[in-house]
Amino acid sequence: MIISQLGYYSLIFGLLTSIFIFFNSSIHLKKNNSVISDKLFGLIGFQFLFVFISFISLIYSFIISDFSNETVYNNSHTTKPLFYKITGTWGNHEGSLLLWLLVLTGVLLGFILKSRNEPNNYRLLTTLFQQIIVIGFFIFVLKTSNPFNEIFPVQTEGLGLNPILQDPALGIHPPILYLGYVGTSIIFSAALASMISNYVNKSWAKNIKFWILFSWIFLTGGILLGSIWAYYELGWGGFWFWDPVENVSLMPWLSLTALLHCIVTLEKRELLKKWTIVLCIITFALSMVGTFLVRSGILNSVHTFANDPSRGIYILTFLLFLVLLSFVIFIIFENKNFTQKSEIFILSKETAVLINNWFILYFLSVVLIGTIYPIFLDVILDEQISVGPPFYNKLILPFLIPFVLFMSIGPSMRWIKTNFKIGVKSFLAIVFTLILSFITVYYIGEKNIFVILLFVGFFYLLFKSLDQFREKTKNLAQIFSHTGFSLLLISILLNSFSSKEIVKNIRVGESFTLKNEKIIFKKISVEKEKNYESIIGFFDVLDEKNKIINLQPEIRIYNEPEMATSEASIKTTLFKDRFITINIIKDQNFFNVRYQHKPFMIWIWISTLIIMIGGIFAIFRKNKEVNI
Amino acid sequence: MQFLEKTKKSIFSLIILILLIISFFVFKSALQKEKIYFPKMSENQIFTDFEVVELIEEKQINFNKVLFGKNFYLINIWSSWCEPCKDESDKLLELKNGTSIMMIGINYKDKKKNALNFLELYGDPFDQIFIDKQGTISINFGAYGVPETFLVNEDKKVLKKYIGPLNDEDVNEIKNITDN
Repeated sequence: MIISQLGYYSLIFGLLTSIFIFFNSSIHLKKNNSVISDKLFGLIGFQFLFVFISFISLIYSFIISDFSNETVYNNSHTTKPLFYKITGTWGNHEGSLLLWLLVLTGVLLGFILKSRNEPNNYRLLTTLFQQIIVIGFFIFVLKTSNPFNEIFPVQTEGLGLNPILQDPALGIHPPILYLGYVGTSIIFSAALASMISNYVNKSWAKNIKFWILFSWIFLTGGILLGSIWAYYELGWGGFWFWDPVENVSLMPWLSLTALLHCIVTLEKRELLKKWTIVLCIITFALSMVGTFLVRSGILNSVHTFANDPSRGIYILTFLLFLVLLSFVIFIIFENKNFTQKSEIFILSKETAVLINNWFILYFLSVVLIGTIYPIFLDVILDEQISVGPPFYNKLILPFLIPFVLFMSIGPSMRWIKTNFKIGVKSFLAIVFTLILSFITVYYIGEKNIFVILLFVGFFYLLFKSLDQFREKTKNLAQIFSHTGFSLLLISILLNSFSSKEIVKNIRVGESFTLKNEKIIFKKISVEKEKNYESIIGFFDVLDEKNKIINLQPEIRIYNEPEMATSEASIKTTLFKDRFITINIIKDQNFFNVRYQHKPFMIWIWISTLIIMIGGIFAIFRKNKEVNI
Repeated sequence: MQFLEKTKKSIFSLIILILLIISFFVFKSALQKEKIYFPKMSENQIFTDFEVVELIEEKQINFNKVLFGKNFYLINIWSSWCEPCKDESDKLLELKNGTSIMMIGINYKDKKKNALNFLELYGDPFDQIFIDKQGTISINFGAYGVPETFLVNEDKKVLKKYIGPLNDEDVNEIKNITDN
């Protein structure tokens, strides 16, 4: 009760601090006095502290199940395990927006601490722009999504957390994702600040690169956790559904990836200034679009979120305001900043980065159109459609082939100008790639020329990336990310082409076969857990070598709120996952059993981790004059 | 040359601006369109042309057919998890036993088991009960929450609307209206 109040007032103090910082930083901008500025930057620490207190209060209210708090009442229950009481804090609209604010103020604090040697004006302006975003979100939280609303009379029991969200991967998914997602705000603010203070140059690139990498790593991690959750929890055996909610996390990732390559070019060669700034703005705008789409309830999706039109309109208006603001600033300060001195040669790393960017931008537009086209169609023509995987496959897959080929060649290009030679080594690599691709394609029994080309491209990228390990001045960041990316593409391709599945309705004691395996339904048992009851099916799988593998899929019937979820049972090996789920069929002794072979699943997770490791290398990398 | 550059630039900016504003309005109208329910009442007349599901037998029926053959209907939105609904239940029982109003219950965002328990504990004042799992039916009536009560006449016109639990005064008012 009191803690909840504390959280609320702490939020209000946070807002007041924000407004104070906003006006003060604009005053200091004119005076340009570094001593006063330091005090101002101290206030940013307080602002973060206020939001932090508020966040902790909400967590505490969840832990003690304070049902006088509306958010807790709507999303928690006394029988929930402690871990899910805590993760329930951000598993709902109000709490997750508080997390937004926490990250928003946190990255500003981090930025200020990390940019001590930067020009004062640039720091002040970044603070100013970030405060605009912070104030916008403070008002949003307090006005439309206050996490500390009281309900009277005090309820004795809560409504519970959606059971589908009660999963360890999803528990930590929002904080990780938000660090990346909301982290892009500081990139946006810094980009605008650098334009106004005429600071779009090498040192700026060096300064902001950390935050680009920071957001990129966490965003990658967040997407990975989300996929793992979808694979284990949704029970379909898929890991990516081109669901709008997934797409909105992929879009900022794509533009961040493009930005990542641009910023290095700017750092080394002072090129692509304009483009870099545009990408900074686009990235954050896409994050906001994502927040708008997810939080307004405009989308129909497997993810269930609250919908309330006033929230949607607020975010939408705020988004438009921010985009227009950056647009106006861009036009006004454009000529001041972007006089290009250096020249770009066709055979150079700069060109490679540009090509990479154009491809990524194409993929981005495909995803963007696929996500918002149904909304436009519905409004304009009153027609309902849903855009599914075929759309994305058709538009993205063909362009992946030239994309990965450029990606293979790009890193071995030099800055400024490259003299290209085709040696024996590269010839051997091509031959080796071709042989390996044909073997793979033969093995999975796919004769489509297009599939063969995809494999050729992906394997070539893999070899070229691995080959760079031998170089003297190697860039581990790039090698790891590119190797990871090629492994990811290969795993996804193998996974989608050689997955097998069988769906049967069977009774206890019966069995069926898939390829050389025999699946026997041994027995069923019912167990009672703290907040759910589970029906467990015991299955034995006899593989080719007559080895027995046990699988125990579950159906969980949660009590608060009442809902059944299907828990897949998965046995992972290096080469394939065995994936089984069961479902109840009404009024019969039969169970609906779905058994799948998912080849190379583990490699999808591992390769994404390798991509992230690449990003981490980039952060800790000393700034030497080497290739990106 | 420079003039050309400038015109090109401003045309480009203009296009972006227009696109942004169009997107804004499309999203705005999409917000109001999808999945969001507004009360469909017009001139105090209740909207009734939709299907409802009965609580106990789970039979589906058009709400038009429910409001038929009586002079007055009392629609009460309630739920087993709603504390004030418990206080209100004896007022409703009084109305059921003391008047000829047809009592209709709308069971709001509830579970059948809990709802039946509630009726057993506090008495069942209703002639018919329908379920509103998503809360959309109540929105159709223009309700804000639970409990909420509507007094409707044979023309489906809302004579009185009570937000919150009924009290003795309300009960007398309802009795007065329906007696005349």
